Amino acid sequence: MSKTEIQNIKDWYASQFSEYESKLNGQTKTFLHDLRKDALSKLNEMNFPTLKDEEWRYTNVSPILKHNFVHPLSVEKVEYTKEEISKYIFSGFDSHLVVIINGIFSEELSDIKNLPDGVVIGSLDKISRENPELIKNHFGKNIKLKNAFNFLNAAYSNDGLVLYVPNNKVLEKPIQVLYLNGNDNAEVLSVPRSFIYIGKSAEASVIANYRGMGKNPYLSNVINEFVIEQNAHLNYYKVQNESQNAYHIDLTDGYQNRDSVFNHLSLSFGGLIVRNDLASLLDDENIQTHYYGLYVGQQNQHIDNYTFVDHAKPNCESNELYKGILDDKARGVFTGRILVRQDAQKTNAYQSNKAVLLSEKTQVDTKPQLEIFADDVKCSHGAAIGRLDDVAYFYIRSRGVPEAIAKSMLIKAYASDVLDNVTIEEFKEQLNHMIFESLHRVEVE
Amino acid sequence: MSEQVREDIKLVEDVTQSEYKWGFVTNIEADEAPKGLNEDIVRFISAKKGEPEWMTEWRLKAFRQWQKMEEPTWPNVKYPKVDFQNIKYYSAPKKKPQLNSLDEVDPELIETFEKLGIPIDEQKRLAGVAVDAVFDSVSVATTFKETLNEQGIIFCSVSEAVKNHPELVKKYLGSVVPPSDNYYAALNAAVFSDGSFVYIPKGVRCPMELSTYFRINAQETGQFERTLVIAEEGSYVSYLEGCTAPMRDENQLHAAVVELVALDNAEIKYSTVQNWYPGDKNGKGGIYNFVTKRGACRGKNSKISWTQVETGSAITWKYPSCILQGDNSVGEFYSVAVTNNFQQADTGTKMIHLGKNTRSTIISKGISAGKSQNTYRGLVKVGKNAENSRNFSQCDSMLIGDRCGAHTFPYIEVDNKSGIVEHEATTSKVGEDQIFYLNQRGISTEDAVNMIVNGFCKEVFNELPMEFAVEAQKLLAISLEGSVG
Repeated sequence: MSKTEIQNIKDWYASQFSEYESKLNGQTKTFLHDLRKDALSKLNEMNFPTLKDEEWRYTNVSPILKHNFVHPLSVEKVEYTKEEISKYIFSGFDSHLVVIINGIFSEELSDIKNLPDGVVIGSLDKISRENPELIKNHFGKNIKLKNAFNFLNAAYSNDGLVLYVPNNKVLEKPIQVLYLNGNDNAEVLSVPRSFIYIGKSAEASVIANYRGMGKNPYLSNVINEFVIEQNAHLNYYKVQNESQNAYHIDLTDGYQNRDSVFNHLSLSFGGLIVRNDLASLLDDENIQTHYYGLYVGQQNQHIDNYTFVDHAKPNCESNELYKGILDDKARGVFTGRILVRQDAQKTNAYQSNKAVLLSEKTQVDTKPQLEIFADDVKCSHGAAIGRLDDVAYFYIRSRGVPEAIAKSMLIKAYASDVLDNVTIEEFKEQLNHMIFESLHRVEVE
Repeated sequence: MSEQVREDIKLVEDVTQSEYKWGFVTNIEADEAPKGLNEDIVRFISAKKGEPEWMTEWRLKAFRQWQKMEEPTWPNVKYPKVDFQNIKYYSAPKKKPQLNSLDEVDPELIETFEKLGIPIDEQKRLAGVAVDAVFDSVSVATTFKETLNEQGIIFCSVSEAVKNHPELVKKYLGSVVPPSDNYYAALNAAVFSDGSFVYIPKGVRCPMELSTYFRINAQETGQFERTLVIAEEGSYVSYLEGCTAPMRDENQLHAAVVELVALDNAEIKYSTVQNWYPGDKNGKGGIYNFVTKRGACRGKNSKISWTQVETGSAITWKYPSCILQGDNSVGEFYSVAVTNNFQQADTGTKMIHLGKNTRSTIISKGISAGKSQNTYRGLVKVGKNAENSRNFSQCDSMLIGDRCGAHTFPYIEVDNKSGIVEHEATTSKVGEDQIFYLNQRGISTEDAVNMIVNGFCKEVFNELPMEFAVEAQKLLAISLEGSVG
């Protein structure tokens, strides 16, 4: 991409801001608006990542920059009914439902009932106007925005999910957050910004579910910020199944206090170019962080997962398992960075990253990184790239199992290492189905 | 603080304070170029060496290329910027000794070699080592030439090769590491002073291990060695390289280039023990070691094996690599990198699989102590046509002391479905239970640590030729003796 083209797209986003600002109504008076203006000025100063940036050396974002995406506030809104969206919702188990359309919270479609006292599930826009004190002390404080896409979100996001769980409250039912993106009238820029606060000894599970609507390409550029207090517990499942011609850029940043547990499970199915940035700061003792990931790529998909676990204090544990299944001409990228700082003695940090290539034209680039400054630690990483196990395949085939089923059995077994960490049985079955659906292969039980 | 802990701390201090054993300066009048670098200096070097016109042009081209390039900043090392205009690019002993007999060699020089333990004299012939001793930048004595000549093996300095075998030099020099490859390779191509040239003809198995000792002597002289090893079809050679430098306060720059070419069925084994001056315990002085080493397995079934023991240098920046071009070719990399005090090492390898059924193995052991930083950086690339290629990598790091760092940055790029790549890395410290077990059997903590560290490195030491394995073990003991708490 030429310099002028890049400058043009930067100018495009800068020029959109005043129109966007005029549509914000009362929102310009909140603390969020200062953050927006700040992000806009930073966006003007920086460039979008290129292959020359070490963290982006395998992911070329220039196709994304060829589009002039517009903010949904400047586009005619598309209304959906409850029936229309029901097929996207994971069913068979009890949950609270939040629906966010092109980054904007939909009160009508959301279904939240019988929350424990003090628990808040709501729209970022509304809460920043009506009850800013709830989130003001934490919002934006621990997250590190890294690249121009993150600042683009920070400048243009006007809504998203807020989940606030006060101390000692346990949310029994998981919260399903359905992010519906895309618009038949325009190429939209969906920029939800979500914030989750789990108070001391509180507990919650969240299922974030990204789905694509309509035929137009769009950019789903999200920021998620989590604060997990002492002894708190957050299970976060991310299911990304955007349109095949859409772009998905995610920054998820978790800040953990002592004795807390954070489980993050990421499943990627959709999107033409996908980049997930996941980071955790383990800022006190006895913290546990688990990352599980499964990405399924086919056709021309490009899926890039970047994870960063920052061990700042002693006696913590992190565990990471990412697996990829690549078919057709798909390309997978994985970078897993583990930093163990000087004070973080007695750290246990493990990471494993695997990819299986199902077709000739697939490509994988992986880059695990260990940076260790403390001596009394146990750290390891492993990476393996290969094809489906020939011996196991032969064994199954020799028992008269047809080729397609034998392969599906192996794929299922391969994926189960990741899926077994899903504790909701019905949810797990639906995820398993999605794997075979997106690979266009026979499903096995 | 327990008695044991206090004792261990003392041991750590003992080691960190142990002096550099090889620090002495030989007073020989040197024939030097003035400080600085420009086209005239490049011409001066070329003229000094009596090089033909094409060689001078080759150097100048590289120099012009270098001027356009920028110093790389991506390695995980920190150091003050090198002032390339404050370095002397040529330094040769003024009295050029005759090669016919050792008596004619400057006695002080002989003494230097003896201090280093270089087997240059007749007695050492029994050791079966032919030495091409490079004293600063010019070959002083080349022994065993005749024995090698009988088999058609060429083992001489690069400057001699330029004169006597220009066709070979023209064909292969810069063919693996082109001058434009990187900043330091371009610098080296412009100003390289000398180095070794090895040519093994078709079907010949080199009867002895070939060896070069480099030694940076004159103050503020950059050492720019260039080594070229060519193994023709079906030949075999094992090449040893060892380095030692005297103590100096100012950092000295070493930017060498090594090129290996293996044709059909040929095998090259290249072993290095690098013991440049690492700087004192406060991190003052020491060598900057910025080296480009690369081997090309051009032929079918060829094999290149790198083995390195890196204990010296203030800064090391080195990635011996294999380009596995020929079908069924094999690349190996065995490395032990030890850093102590303020040393920084960023080292590893690249295995580029291009041919079918190519295989590579990477075994890297990093040990960091004191306040040092030790980084493994490696690339395994499986190209589109590299059917059924296979790689196994293992990178283990050991930390001794709580102020040091160990880092691993492997890059894996697979473009072929049939390729299988595995990578494993671990980081840990010397186990207290292991020390306790050995203590229990009456072995002192210091010896126990030595045993554990030696065991940790065994896989690599096993790959070294006998003479080097012994030296490497000693070096490891000197570098780390008892530095475990």
